[in-house]
Amino acid sequence: MWRVGAVLALHDETATARTITLTVPGWPDHLAGQHVDVRLTAADGYSAVRSYSIASAPNHENRVEITVERLPNGEVSPYLTQQVAVSDRLELRGPIGSWFVWRVQQTEPVQLVAGGSGIVPLMAMVRSRASASSAAPFRLLYSVREPAAALYRDELQALASRDASVSLSYAYTRATPPGWTRPPGRIDAALIAGTTWPASLGPTCYVCGPTSFVENAASLLTACGHRPDRIRTERFGPTGERK
Amino acid sequence: MAIISRGFTDRRSAADVKLPPGQYLTTDFPVLSAGPTPQVSLDQWEFTIRDEHEILRRWDWKSFRGLPAETFTADLHCVTRWSKLGTSWEGVSLDALLAGVTTDTPYAMVHSYGDYTTNLPLQDLRNGQAWIAFRFDNEDLAPEHGGPARLLVPHLYLWKSAKWVRGITLLAQDKPGFWEGFGYHNYGDPWREQRYQGD
Repeated sequence: MWRVGAVLALHDETATARTITLTVPGWPDHLAGQHVDVRLTAADGYSAVRSYSIASAPNHENRVEITVERLPNGEVSPYLTQQVAVSDRLELRGPIGSWFVWRVQQTEPVQLVAGGSGIVPLMAMVRSRASASSAAPFRLLYSVREPAAALYRDELQALASRDASVSLSYAYTRATPPGWTRPPGRIDAALIAGTTWPASLGPTCYVCGPTSFVENAASLLTACGHRPDRIRTERFGPTGERK
Repeated sequence: MAIISRGFTDRRSAADVKLPPGQYLTTDFPVLSAGPTPQVSLDQWEFTIRDEHEILRRWDWKSFRGLPAETFTADLHCVTRWSKLGTSWEGVSLDALLAGVTTDTPYAMVHSYGDYTTNLPLQDLRNGQAWIAFRFDNEDLAPEHGGPARLLVPHLYLWKSAKWVRGITLLAQDKPGFWEGFGYHNYGDPWREQRYQGD
């Protein structure tokens, strides 16, 4: 069923990504990693629907946050990142999907690997862990084009500095911060070996990003001995607007 | 009653063809899979058709490729809302694979390397509606798109077209496959927009 949400707040995460906070009466509690369908309808009745990963932790306040990356020729993302205003109403359906999810009952180590805006559902997992005061050890490896493209940087830093069980590593593919020792490049075997949980600890791995990123990261994890059935992936293609 | 979004307009071109409800057109080929891409070597590959008791048919890669193949074009509709039209494939029709298999079991469970499964009625695999495809756009099917061989059953949402296919089990009772057990529709007809359970 479609529900109507009201925009409570807008927050620009980067030059091209905006977080939209909605309150959705009757929203069933979601799980970290799930997504929501958003439907826009034009005055002439034309409508378009896209899926977006939920960025916020489960809560009991009917609150849903999505972070939308603007795609140059997108149909829905330019509207959501540039035209939507506070108190506008949007139609939502969800939460959807129960495979790429992290539940607060999980206690095993968790390895998150994000490429670009693939961080969004993984951020929901990090936030869910924090809001539930879970002790599950989390590691996040986050690959971005350049420093300014990283979403949620301050919040992730704050979470990692006050909780020794959360650790955070960045990889840069095009441009690095000053003094960064690793040259720009995609994730490779050395980086996986140096920054992620060893397979012997039996972590559950969640990998999200563009298709080529996920293909690469998932094969590297498999090559390090992680069992394929412990690696969950979510991909978005060149035109896919799912985050 | 739909909520009208001020300033949101239809940006499709007038030339757009008719798509199933809620779909948009793409010209590239996005990938959706639940886990890592399995690497299946051709000398280990096999495809079997079995029922709940025994294996009825078995092919290795050589005998499979010795079967008569067809080239065909198909429109693909993914539940994540992209559609790609007029894709060209080469594969073996399920009619050829199921020839001589007499059964009154109405359901099929498709199995893949990497343990993916999907279920559908057996009749949806017959009568020129389904293929085991091994070439896409005149090239061997790439692993991320399901190579060496995938099921293609284009009249259903694309998650039914199992990648890295390894066999089909004929069942008397329907059972949910992988996505069908995670909230997606049991049948998945794009023209009836059967995306999720309850649609």
